[in-house]
Amino acid sequence: MTAADTPAPKQKISLEVNGEPRTVSAHPMARLLDVLRLDLQLTGTKEGCGEGECGSCSVLIDGVLVNSCLVPVLQAAGTKILTIEGLSSSAGQLHPVQQAFLDCGGAQCGICTPGMILAAVHLLAKNPSPDLAAIREGLSGNLCRCTGYMQIFQSVSQAAKRLTSP
Amino acid sequence: MPDAKTTSIVGANVARKEGRDKVTGAARYIDDLTLPGMLFGATVRSAIQRGKIKQITFPHSIEWSEFTIVTAKDIPGKNCIALILDDQPCLADGAVNHAEEPILLLAHENRQQLTKAVAAIQIAYDALPALNTIEESESQRELIWGENNAFKTFLVEKGDVDSVWPVASHIVEAEYRTGAQEQLYIETNGIIAVANPQDGVTIWGSLQCPYYVHKAMMKLFALPEDKVRVVQTETGGAFGGKEEYPSMLAGHAALLALKSGRPVKMVYDRAEDMAATTKRHPSRTRLRTAVDANGKILGGEIEFVIDGGAYATLSSVVLSRGTIHAGGPYNWPSIRIRSRAMATNVPPHGAFRGFGAPQSLFALERHMDRLAQVVGISPTEIRRRNFLQPGQTTTTQQAVPGEINLPLLLDRALNLSGYEAKQIAAAAQNNDPLTTKRKALGIAAFLHGAGFTGSGERYLDSVAGVEALPDGAVRILVSSTEFGQGTNTVLCQIAAETLSLPYDRVSIAQPDTTAVPNSGPTVASRTIMVVGKLVHSACVGLLQTLRATQSLPAPATPEQFQSACAAHVSQHGNLKSYARYQAPKDVFWDDEKYRGEAYATYAWAVYVAEVTVDLLTFSATVDNFVAVQEVGKVLHPILAEGQIIGGVAQGIGFALYEKVLWQHGRMRNNQMTNYIMPTSADLPPIHVHFEEFGNPHGAYGAKGLGELPMDGPAPAILNAISAATGHEFNSIPLLPEDLFAALNPTPENPPPSAQLECPLPVGAPQ
Repeated sequence: MTAADTPAPKQKISLEVNGEPRTVSAHPMARLLDVLRLDLQLTGTKEGCGEGECGSCSVLIDGVLVNSCLVPVLQAAGTKILTIEGLSSSAGQLHPVQQAFLDCGGAQCGICTPGMILAAVHLLAKNPSPDLAAIREGLSGNLCRCTGYMQIFQSVSQAAKRLTSP
Repeated sequence: MPDAKTTSIVGANVARKEGRDKVTGAARYIDDLTLPGMLFGATVRSAIQRGKIKQITFPHSIEWSEFTIVTAKDIPGKNCIALILDDQPCLADGAVNHAEEPILLLAHENRQQLTKAVAAIQIAYDALPALNTIEESESQRELIWGENNAFKTFLVEKGDVDSVWPVASHIVEAEYRTGAQEQLYIETNGIIAVANPQDGVTIWGSLQCPYYVHKAMMKLFALPEDKVRVVQTETGGAFGGKEEYPSMLAGHAALLALKSGRPVKMVYDRAEDMAATTKRHPSRTRLRTAVDANGKILGGEIEFVIDGGAYATLSSVVLSRGTIHAGGPYNWPSIRIRSRAMATNVPPHGAFRGFGAPQSLFALERHMDRLAQVVGISPTEIRRRNFLQPGQTTTTQQAVPGEINLPLLLDRALNLSGYEAKQIAAAAQNNDPLTTKRKALGIAAFLHGAGFTGSGERYLDSVAGVEALPDGAVRILVSSTEFGQGTNTVLCQIAAETLSLPYDRVSIAQPDTTAVPNSGPTVASRTIMVVGKLVHSACVGLLQTLRATQSLPAPATPEQFQSACAAHVSQHGNLKSYARYQAPKDVFWDDEKYRGEAYATYAWAVYVAEVTVDLLTFSATVDNFVAVQEVGKVLHPILAEGQIIGGVAQGIGFALYEKVLWQHGRMRNNQMTNYIMPTSADLPPIHVHFEEFGNPHGAYGAKGLGELPMDGPAPAILNAISAATGHEFNSIPLLPEDLFAALNPTPENPPPSAQLECPLPVGAPQ
């Protein structure tokens, strides 16, 4: 939250979101989450707790997984941001991680799903063939109340197989 | 079946209907929606538990003319949240009965301004003494509800229990407790409302039961049926937590919308959602059981009490389900169950997956291990000797159908968990004097009734419909909602199967009270069994119509079906078919005596938890979990397995992680930082296995399964911890600090069980 009484004046902030250059006029301490959702209408990024516990607002900044509710937009100036909307191809082809979540029951209510999928993408970028322990560890910052995680683990394993086999 | 042809859509792992939107981020939840000119709403809540409101001050530091301000005086109809007893006000009017009770509402176009304004309002109270626990409520030292603080009581009697005590070989008596549990759906409660005198009230929101909200808005605004419209938006988890509470939030948003003349959005932040909305009822269960020398139950008395919070809300029906499940899957030749829901000055407790059954079954399944110990037989044997068998009756004297085979479920669970070999290995490890880690396996056997209790489904009188379009596509018309469980997908499977259509030719309408009939609330593990059957019947009716009017052959190809639909629609304008619930003839219920067919059918289960207790850190870890259940025909294996795993995970949280800390009637740890649910690193492998005994009442033989997996994990885990440590643990949640206190008792820090020295009302201990 910004200091509510005397918010700093808005600034022009440029960043690249899902491969497109974007410029927003925002308070420098505005949450990246709010800039994505409200200024850029990218509502696929969800707010679950607002304090960095649940991971629903996860996005990648220059390939690093962050909770966008904890990132002031100024800190994201000049970076490349990937949200769930940027993951599937422009022709609508699902990313292999998205397809695996669909096939294996990795998404139930869907509210943690965008963040969970980005956490999985981040994990697979670092470790293309994670074992179960690495998957558990890699997703442990993203809470899911529906699935009990097992089918999410299966989704990530399945995606890893598809991504690594030609 | 209308057509002999089987397309095998039922039983197949078809793609989740709304799955693509969920994995791409395209799914629109309530906070993703914006209406032109929309304001935001906020709630001013009571800081005290009980008292009179003396004065409300609006300091001059805020420009109040910019705000819409709503009080109880602005309510056009009756100031209540219509549900069962209508005792809960929508806004406190002069007095409050629990902390966080809503008093005032504010709307403004800027959320930051709202936060400041809520904080600035000063309310002066004349505080009255508050009741915080079941025991304080039972003492009646203050009367806070009705004549005796009890929202509801039940008495279930079977046989002559008073005659068993003198002939018993053993009488075992103990007390068990469960704590409040937060549903912790990741999407908080949220509503957008539009209201004006001409068109009435329209609600969009994250909710389970559109017609519950519809009924509540009619009463709150004194509007006829057709002037209230309720639409469910994509809902990010619910678990019961969006059964009754959305009626409150919808009322608040609509009151602000009516007064401001603008759309109003209210989405709680996490802290407000956790502090102000419902949780699982805390419970206390006392059991006194008579067994013979072989461990056969002769009879028993059960006293089951839940803490309902400040208003009646759903407590009577939660109590009912907990009462009926209190005897578990065992044969009780005689039993007396007394139960009551008590009022306290905390926010009302409410629906949460399992709905009373996880509480009473926790007590029973811990008690079964105690019986085994006293008799000197194993936990598996005590259950095997007392399992309900076909021809015997439940505690409400409902006959057990012939196909039920509980020993089969037990044997399957023992085999899949490697129970015997692991028990031997654990015993060897525990006997090592140097070990710091003790291991054990624990069992729970249980049942869960599907659908509303007793006559409930008859009162609901649900209707489901299907509509065929000229292109031969079919749309299901129900008020049943999707919130992750798979309603959309499985109802479409049922319709596609019945109509012999490809799955992608069937869709489901967005739940909207102006467009879909009232197929009842999406609760009580009833949707696939009860509403699924109605969808099936509506599809059969559709086929009959087309056969009569268009000579549709049977069986028909999708192409023949399409041309028949096109012809019918061009002649008659549209083609819809509805089906209304009809009670099965063999289902009879006596609401006075609480006797009869409590549920049309039950799902049955045996769960095994393998647990390690670390004697250095006092943490208990579930290493492996096996869930064996019989839920009738499994219509979608991946979704069914996902329901079971998710329920087990919540059950593990209920047992070992999730502790609501109360202070002066408020939840103090109302953040995800300090109310801990299991993460991906915490949960054991969870193995799911289904048996099928069949169910004549459900669509394609399905039973309800959503709530079942919540019932078993906590007692299985506590049984294992008790076996591992040699200490009887009878309360959940059981956190490391509780284990430490119990295993290292000091005069200043007595074990939790020693703190529960209440006299037992059902007789002296043996």
